[in-house]
Amino acid sequence: MRFAYQPDKGHLSRRTFLRASAVAAGGLLVSLHFDFPALAQNAEALPAPPDAYIHIKPDGRIVIAVRHIEMGQGVLTSLPMIVAEELDADWSQVSAELAPAGDAYKAPPLGIQSTSGSWSVRYGYQQHREFGARIRAMLVGAAADRWKVRPDECRTEAGVVRGPGGQSAGYGELADDAARRPMPEQVVLKNPGDFRIIGKSTRRMDSRPKTDGSQKFALDIDLPGMKIALIARPPVFGARVKAFDAQAVRSMEGVRDVFEIPLVKGSAVAVVADRFWSAKQARDQLKIDWDFSSVERADSQELRARYQALAKTRGTVALSRGDKTALSKTTPSQHLVAEYELPYLAAAALECLNMTLRYDGDRAEAWIPSQFATLDQGVLAQALGLDPSQVTLHVVFAGGGFGRRSPLDGNVPFEAAAIAKRVRGTPIKLIYTREDDMRSGYYRPMTTHRVEIAIGGDGMPWAWQHVAVGQSFIIGTAMEKTFIKDGVDPLVIEGAVNNKYRIPNFEVSVHHPAVSVPVYTLRSVGHSQNTFVMETLIDELAVRAKADPFAYRLKLLDPEATKVRDALTLLEEKSRWRNNLASGRAAGIACADYWDTGIACAAEVSVVDNRPRVHRVTVAIACGLPVNPLSIEAQCQGAIGFGLTQLMSAITLKDGEVEQSNFDGFRPPYMSDAPAAIDVYIVPSNDAPLGVGEPATPVISPAVVNGLARLTGKRYRILPIDAV
Amino acid sequence: MATYKITVNGQRRDVTVDPSTPLLWVLREDLKLTGTKYGCGIGLCGACTVHLAGEATRSCGLPVSEVGDQEVVTIEGIGVDRVGRTVQEAWVKKDVVQCGYCQSGQIMAAVALLKATPRPSQADIEGSMTNLCRCATYVRIRAAIQDASTRLI
Repeated sequence: MRFAYQPDKGHLSRRTFLRASAVAAGGLLVSLHFDFPALAQNAEALPAPPDAYIHIKPDGRIVIAVRHIEMGQGVLTSLPMIVAEELDADWSQVSAELAPAGDAYKAPPLGIQSTSGSWSVRYGYQQHREFGARIRAMLVGAAADRWKVRPDECRTEAGVVRGPGGQSAGYGELADDAARRPMPEQVVLKNPGDFRIIGKSTRRMDSRPKTDGSQKFALDIDLPGMKIALIARPPVFGARVKAFDAQAVRSMEGVRDVFEIPLVKGSAVAVVADRFWSAKQARDQLKIDWDFSSVERADSQELRARYQALAKTRGTVALSRGDKTALSKTTPSQHLVAEYELPYLAAAALECLNMTLRYDGDRAEAWIPSQFATLDQGVLAQALGLDPSQVTLHVVFAGGGFGRRSPLDGNVPFEAAAIAKRVRGTPIKLIYTREDDMRSGYYRPMTTHRVEIAIGGDGMPWAWQHVAVGQSFIIGTAMEKTFIKDGVDPLVIEGAVNNKYRIPNFEVSVHHPAVSVPVYTLRSVGHSQNTFVMETLIDELAVRAKADPFAYRLKLLDPEATKVRDALTLLEEKSRWRNNLASGRAAGIACADYWDTGIACAAEVSVVDNRPRVHRVTVAIACGLPVNPLSIEAQCQGAIGFGLTQLMSAITLKDGEVEQSNFDGFRPPYMSDAPAAIDVYIVPSNDAPLGVGEPATPVISPAVVNGLARLTGKRYRILPIDAV
Repeated sequence: MATYKITVNGQRRDVTVDPSTPLLWVLREDLKLTGTKYGCGIGLCGACTVHLAGEATRSCGLPVSEVGDQEVVTIEGIGVDRVGRTVQEAWVKKDVVQCGYCQSGQIMAAVALLKATPRPSQADIEGSMTNLCRCATYVRIRAAIQDASTRLI
C-alpha cells in the first residue's frame, strides 16, 4: 500500500505525545502517542500507556519496540539504530522486540500500523531520532541534578553521562530519576557528521536466533490445548459449499470438528484436529459438493484476449501532458507499437499463511505475522463482535511477506475468527498448506500494456501513449474513497505516470477490468510491470538511435531527477565490466525513480539451454542517507533475486481454477537461477533516508531483457519467457 | 497410531503417531523442535532439511515409520558439531539471513556439503545448495560457505 503522500513534511508537524513513566521493576519507560490530522479516525481517543516504545532498564539494557513487522527487511535493526544514535546508547546493550497491535504504533503515512511501501525507515527516521534525543536529554537532566551542574556541562557517550568534574553515571543508574522528569519539548538533533551508529554497516539483531533454530515464527506458535485448523477451499474463487460429507472424516483419528465457514467471498469447510497431519489427511479426503452457480470462472486465455482488446482503446486518462493529438501528426514510419503481457504472480513467501487465535467470548488473543496489524485487529474485532480493545494482537516474525500479509479485507483473520468462534475457548492455529497458499489468490495482477511511440528526428521519443489494463488493487475495498481519484487506481500505473523521462507529449490511460481473482500489492507493486514496460522501450529506442544506453537515458531524464541520475551515473562507473564481456554474453541496464529513490542496475546475461542466465548484477542506489549500508546491500541483492521471478514463472487460471499449486508449477529463483555476484553501490548522501526494500525489484527484469535483446536481436514482451 | 523410537540430536525419543506422519511434523509438533520448517510439503524447497544418518534429507516427505535407527540431527543440534558451529558463525558474520525462514535448511545443507567437500567450488555450492530462499540471500550464502570452508581447513 502506498500513495502519493508528501512524506518529508508530515512527521515534524504532527502532534506527538510522549510520556515517560517509572515502571515497577525499575527503569524508564517511554511511550508515545501521536495523531494524524489527515487520517484522524482515532485522534480524539488517545490510548493509555503502557504502549511502551523504549524501556531503559536499571542494568542499562535498552529495549526498543519496533512498530513494524520484521519479515526479512531488517527493520528490527535499523529503527533501533536510529534511536540509539541520538540516545548515545551503547549498541551492545540495545535489543529490539516487535510491538503488538496498538494505536501508539500506528505509523505515517497511512496512520495505521503497517509495514509496506518501503516506508518504515523513511517515515520513522525523524521521529525515532527525536525519541532518542528526548530520552537522552532526560537522562542528562537527571545526571545534572544529581551532580548539581548544568545539563550543558554534561556529555554522553555509549550509554554513560559524564559530568564536568569527571563524574559519570550509566543510563541504567539514571533511569529511575529520569522517569520523574518532564518530557522535553524541544531537542537538538545531531549533525550527521557526528553519527556513530547511523551510516555504519551494522549486523542484524536477529541473526543468531535465525541460524540456530530458536527464532519463533508465526507457524511455531504453540499454546496449551491448541488445535490445528485447515480449510478445504473452493476450487474456483467465490464458490460456496453446497453439501459435504462430514461424517466420513469426523471419525478419523485426531479429528475434532468439521464445519462450514464463510470466506470473504464464498464459503469453505474447516477441519480442526489435534495435529497438522490429521487435519491435512481429513481435509484432503473431504468430499464437497460446490455451488458454482454465481461465480465467474476466470481463465487466463480469455483474459488475455479481453485485455488485448481493451488495450487497443484509450482508457481512463491518468496523466496527459502536451499535445493529445501528437501521435496522429507524425508519420507511421516513425512509430513504434509495443504490446506487453505480464502475468499474475504469487508472493509465495516461504512461510505459508497462518495465524493463531484464541477466542474466549469476551476477548481474543491473536498471533499474526501481520503487515497491517491494526487493520487485522479490526477485522478480528468485527468478526467476533468485539471492540478492538478486546483483541490483543501479537505481531509475530514472518517468513517473508512481500505484500501478501497485508490484504485490506484481512482474509486470513476473517477465516480464523470463523473457526475460533465455533471452538470457543480452544486456541486454533490456522495453517495454509503450500497448495492453499499458492492457490489462495491475492496475486500481483495480470496486466496488458499497449504503448505507441512517435520517435522524433533526434531519435528521442516525441509522443508516447501508454494504455494499461489491470485489475485495481483498491476499488471495492475500504480504502477506495481515499485513493481512487476519477476511477484511476494510482498503484496500477505507478512507474508509468511518475517516471522521470521528459517526453513532451505523454499520456497514460488505464482500464480496470473487474475479475474474480483477488489481487494485491506484491513487492514493488505497479512498478514491477510499468518499469518493465518503460525500461525495455527506452532501451529499444536507444538501440534504434545507436546511442549509448546510459547517455540516452541521461539525455531524456529530467535534469532535476537527481536521485535516478546519480544512480545511473554511479552505475556507469561501477559496471565497466560491461565493456569487457566474453563472447556469448551481453549486458543490459535499467533504472527507475522508485518513489524518490533512484535505482539502476546492470545485468550480464547469456543464453543457456534456451533460457536466460544472469551471471552478474551491479546495482546503484540513491536512497538519501544510508542508515544501515549492510542492510541496504542485502535488500538490493534480495530484490534483484525476487524481481527475477516474473521472467520465470506465472500464475495462470483455466476455467476458473489456478493451475499452479507448488514450487514445481510456480518456480521462484533458486541459487542456480540467481546471479553469482550482486555488487551494490550506494550514492553518498546526507539527505533524509528513502525507501530501500522494494526499489531494486522492478529494474532487474528489464535489465535482463535488454541484455538478451543485444544477444538475440529479439524483444521479449510476454512474460514469463518460455524460450529465448 | 504406533510408537516409534527415534534418535534426535543424540537423544532417544518415543513418539506415538500415525505411521504416515512425516518426520517434519513429528519434530515440530511432538518433539517441539520448530527450527525445522514446513515450506512446500513435497521436497522442493528444502526448508525441512535435517541430517539423517549424516545425509542432508528433506523431512517433509519422510514417514516417521521409515526413520528406524538412523540418527536424526536438526538445526537445534548442529551447533555441537565443529562444522555446524563454524557454518552458523559464518552465517552471522556474513549477515546472511533476511526473513530467516529457510535458513535452518540452508545451514543443514551447507554443513552436509562441507563435510563431503571441504573446499567446494562455486559449482559445487550451486550443485548442492538446492534450497529455496524467497528473500534471495544466495550471494551471501555462497560467501558464508566459502568463509566457513576457509576457517575449517
